[in-house]
Amino acid sequence: MSFPWANEYKPQHPLMQWVDERLPLPRFVYNAIGGGYPVPRNLNYWWNFGVLSGVALVIQIVTGIILAMHYYASVGGAFESVEHIMRDVNGGWFLRYAHMNGASFFFIVVYLHIFRGLYYGSYKAPREMVWLLGVVIFLLMMATAFMGYVLPWGQMSFWGAQVITSFFSAIPVVGEPLRQWLLGGFAPDQAALNRFFSLHYLLPFVIAAVIILHVWALHIPGSSNPTGVSVKSEQDTVPFHPYYTAKDGFGLGLFLILFVILTFFAPNLLGHPDNYIPANPLSTPAHIVPEWYFWPFYAILRAFTVDFLFIPAKLLGVLAMFGSIALLFFLPWLDTSPVRSGNYRPLFRKFFWVLLIDIAILGYCGVMPAEGPYILLGQIASAYYFAHFLIILPIVSRIEKPLALPNSITEAVTGKAAAA
Amino acid sequence: MTTVEQVESMTEATEGEGVRRRDFIHIAATSWAGIGAVAVALPLVNQMSPSADVLALASIEVDISSIDEGQAIKTSWRKQPVFIRNLTKAEIAAANKVALGTLRDPQALADRTKTGKENWLITLGVCTHLGCVPLGAAAGEVKGEFGGYFCPCHGSHYDTAGRIRKGPAPLNLAVPEYEFLSDTVVKIG
Ligand code: HEM
Ligand code: FES
Repeated sequence: MSFPWANEYKPQHPLMQWVDERLPLPRFVYNAIGGGYPVPRNLNYWWNFGVLSGVALVIQIVTGIILAMHYYASVGGAFESVEHIMRDVNGGWFLRYAHMNGASFFFIVVYLHIFRGLYYGSYKAPREMVWLLGVVIFLLMMATAFMGYVLPWGQMSFWGAQVITSFFSAIPVVGEPLRQWLLGGFAPDQAALNRFFSLHYLLPFVIAAVIILHVWALHIPGSSNPTGVSVKSEQDTVPFHPYYTAKDGFGLGLFLILFVILTFFAPNLLGHPDNYIPANPLSTPAHIVPEWYFWPFYAILRAFTVDFLFIPAKLLGVLAMFGSIALLFFLPWLDTSPVRSGNYRPLFRKFFWVLLIDIAILGYCGVMPAEGPYILLGQIASAYYFAHFLIILPIVSRIEKPLALPNSITEAVTGKAAAA
Repeated sequence: MTTVEQVESMTEATEGEGVRRRDFIHIAATSWAGIGAVAVALPLVNQMSPSADVLALASIEVDISSIDEGQAIKTSWRKQPVFIRNLTKAEIAAANKVALGTLRDPQALADRTKTGKENWLITLGVCTHLGCVPLGAAAGEVKGEFGGYFCPCHGSHYDTAGRIRKGPAPLNLAVPEYEFLSDTVVKIG
């Protein structure tokens, strides 16, 4: 669906007319990301991160397929093949560093994209399905990145695989058999490495498919905007092309500059040096940490150190970690305020920033050793994370008195009411 | 026209309660297709289980004559680390002093060792929390607050009987199947 005033696709060239009549693909593209898709005129740069996430996925797929031409998934050879890519394959170092840092940039833009949604209430009706599909994409990304990190078969790869697959052994009764089924053995070994490679190759394409659903669901109500006020008339919108193709193009330029700076000048900044030590199943590194994008969740996992009632601490930690993401599925129904944008919700806005600080603290606890003050700090920050969604948000939605909303997007932008 | 009526009378004929004869065909056909789908899914799922070569768990024989009292060694069985520790008198006494009721996973040292060989503590070196290798087997490694093993990953402390005492791990370090072939050789697995 689109607004009734959307431009219609009128192919000029006879060839395009011929194609359009037989397979309306050009029309589809025009209506999705071209001049035929009307978008609120007031989107700010926070609306760039969806397109940037898509670009990041393309970068991962292109560099990944090339890496797969030189990589081999064997416990005896994986580490060496990655070194072979780094030292011998022509330009291999660039492709691998681009893939490594591409994963980080993927998570950077996706996190900013998610925070945008949290602040501007993009998860609320009528966009719940867009949000739910987004959470699915996020879960798939985490699985993909985890399995990719195992592939070089360094110390962090191996012990990351050991620790993460052990999450499953926390499940009562079926846990340990399930873990052995996942690994195809008692510890990460050839079977696990091979299947992780297979799935690491597959999942990005599944992500691409879910992204199509995500954008499809988005295009039914159309994009939200910084005021959160719905589009009312043609004056409130501009066509996606050329307005937002230009704005997204500019953002993409900045993104790529930052990406190449990191890739060329500090390619290992976000990685862990221990992953340049070949995997040793008999010795755990002194301090294992996941990749930075998992730190907050790792802190939640470690927050449980004592059993509660008859539930073992280990199971509690695993449940809390998965719960912290599963919670996001319920967000559209936890926040009952009819006002979308945080700009008009003074109390909500304060708690939004507290939540961001809380997540930063969780990330810090996740990377620090599990001892002394970090345990307690992590426990408090984990409790707050859950309280934000389960207690604070529902209460704030009820007691808050929102600011007056503009009558329309055009009024918000030009300061005067829309001319008839 | 007649054919249409015939078809209707065949498919819409009801035997009470509005059940059509065709309902049976629908249920039978989808059930059969469902059974087929399960039959296909089984091998697709089962191929992921540990394969025969992985399950062919070779047992290992370890010479323990060179492990002095108070020392421990790390060896590998089924691709997993195993700790073999020669406990000191003081360590045995410390383990036996603990009231079982206070333990998360109550087991006495005697349940975890062979009679007459109480000084030999043989356990997997796999933390029961998330599978790291705890410290404390090699000389100079920290042994944790209870003098046994310490897992640095998320801070689990094990005592001198390899029992979980503090931290997130739910169970004691697992004791593998083993037997003493002689006073100095132990067979694990
Ligand atoms: C969702 C998109 C993707 C993400 C987030 C991702 C993430 C990662 C990560 C974090 C690594 C480890 C980098 C390292 O430390 O060396 C990796 C390695 C690898 N990935 Fe991906 N990846 C993605 C898509 C792909 C695709 C589509 C392919 C191939 C078809 C691929 C093939 C590989 C290969 C062969 C390696 C091992 C070589 C290496 O370690 O550099 N990846 N991936
Ligand atoms: S793996 Fe040992 S404490 Fe978590």
